[in-house]
Amino acid sequence: MRLPIRATVVAAAAVAAAVALPRLIYPVLALEILVWGLFAVAIDLLLGFGGLLSFGHAAYWGVAGYVAGMVARDLGAPFPLAVLAGLLGAAVLAVPLGYLSLRRTGIYFTMVTLAFAQMLYYVANELRPITGGENGLQGVSRTFPGLSLGPSLSFYYAALPLVLFGYFAAYRIVHSPFGHVLVSIRDNEARAQALGYDTARYKHIAFILSAGLAGLAGSVYTLGEHFASLEMLHWTTSGQVVLMTVLGGLGTLWGGVVGAGVFLMLRDFLSTSDLFRDAPGVVTGAIFILIVLALRHGLWPTFAVLVRRGLGRFA
Amino acid sequence: MDYLAVQLFNGLANGSFYALLSLGLAVIFGMMRIVNFAHGAFYMLGAFIAYFLLQQAGVGFWPALVIAPLVIAVAGMFLERVFLRRLAGLDPLYGFLFTFGLTLVIQDGMRLRFGVQGQPYSAPAELSGTVLLGAVSYPTYRLFVVAFCLVASIAVWFVIERTRLGMAVRAATERADLTRALGVDVDRWITPMFGFGLGLAALAGVLAAPMRNVSPLMGSELIILTFAVVVIGGMGSIAGAIVAGFLVGVLSSVGAIFDPAVEGIVVFALMAVLLLVRPSGLFGSIETR
Repeated sequence: MRLPIRATVVAAAAVAAAVALPRLIYPVLALEILVWGLFAVAIDLLLGFGGLLSFGHAAYWGVAGYVAGMVARDLGAPFPLAVLAGLLGAAVLAVPLGYLSLRRTGIYFTMVTLAFAQMLYYVANELRPITGGENGLQGVSRTFPGLSLGPSLSFYYAALPLVLFGYFAAYRIVHSPFGHVLVSIRDNEARAQALGYDTARYKHIAFILSAGLAGLAGSVYTLGEHFASLEMLHWTTSGQVVLMTVLGGLGTLWGGVVGAGVFLMLRDFLSTSDLFRDAPGVVTGAIFILIVLALRHGLWPTFAVLVRRGLGRFA
Repeated sequence: MDYLAVQLFNGLANGSFYALLSLGLAVIFGMMRIVNFAHGAFYMLGAFIAYFLLQQAGVGFWPALVIAPLVIAVAGMFLERVFLRRLAGLDPLYGFLFTFGLTLVIQDGMRLRFGVQGQPYSAPAELSGTVLLGAVSYPTYRLFVVAFCLVASIAVWFVIERTRLGMAVRAATERADLTRALGVDVDRWITPMFGFGLGLAALAGVLAAPMRNVSPLMGSELIILTFAVVVIGGMGSIAGAIVAGFLVGVLSSVGAIFDPAVEGIVVFALMAVLLLVRPSGLFGSIETR
């Protein structure tokens, strides 16, 4: 496979930035940006390219977190296996839930995804013996033969290839024939159908792929945090990732990473203020309102121009 | 058997809130194509207004039942004029995201001030105590809630489905531009209808205050259950909202007889079944995006 030169340069720069990130800010925050960024990319894959707003992706992020946490803790599996288990768990869950949700379109689809995610939140809360209920799944450790992954910095670099693989997969999906059909369905489903595409099937596959990526991100997040919390399944989690995606810019794929970075840095910056500690929703909600009213294109267009100028100096 | 009867009435009481809330959602969606995520937050504010009226001014339940919906309706009309109007014509997802953000601000703002602990609010003296229904005694207030919501729901249904005003509103819902061409000032009705929808949420909030504690998070889970009810009933259908509301309430409470954990699952199971066999909902017609 040959990649265009410009794409290669950009990709190399992005990898270099990902490698340097935990040296610039503390590693826990760096890992958070990395995985929330992938989560937001998963949302954009579905929303920006498929035109489907899922407000229930907390389900896949959270269930993957619990599965990965259990596989790592109870089976003592090395961390890539735990991540793989989480990813598969999320993708398998997305088969029935995606099928049911996609029976509706538009904003109805959004409401159904939200309701199903809430169902999983409820179930996880009820299944206390397995999930730990409100306490979450605690004492999750990440291991790999021959490596000591205790320190956050070590785990960041150990997990980096997995997460970058997720980003690469998203890129390949969007730029594949499949991705183009998806965009055509977003723009005009009736026409895509008339051209002979089984649009329902395409949307379902896109949903499963998106859930898988969200699951990959959620698994790494859980291992990074040492526990899976009930909050991962809460609707505010679904809202937060959509916020990051829209903040970054819809249909840009990488905008979600910028959105996640800006949002999490802002949260980190504000975490010392009283308002934010006691009522984070006021800040998050205000950002939401601001974006919808004044910044519907997101930050990515501005960001892309800056990057292009920066790269232009070297090329 | 007695337990079944009690649960049946509990289900009707819970269903009353679903019905009233999904009714407001249906009215707002019909008029503006906005799925109002903040509906639960305004329900909570309605309950808080009743609480404040009692604490600060000694104003009781009955006046609060009128004042709170009015206050929220006026606030809603202001909200529509200043913000939501700018989102008209855009993809419905922006309205959804806006009201989602609004929910977070209202809910966490209230939490900052009042904490998560619930404030008690007692039912008016006339409605305290219990009534004997056959062999079981049942709280009078809950019976009142069921009766009140049933009457209110049917009144709203009547106005929208059976009067000239309702006809104009329904016409505007189906074909806004054609309705305009026929000389009906559609835009004039958008602001009051939004206020009316929110007023219904506040009304539900005041009714809920004596049954459930008044707390900043009281609407947070309820709104999502209401969304499921709306999907079951068929979005935009007034009758669907009412029937699905009571149906979900009753089935959930009866399900709790077998296992308390079932209560929380019923609504989602019902939604899943309906999506399989009748995706447009019980009363839904062919859906528009």
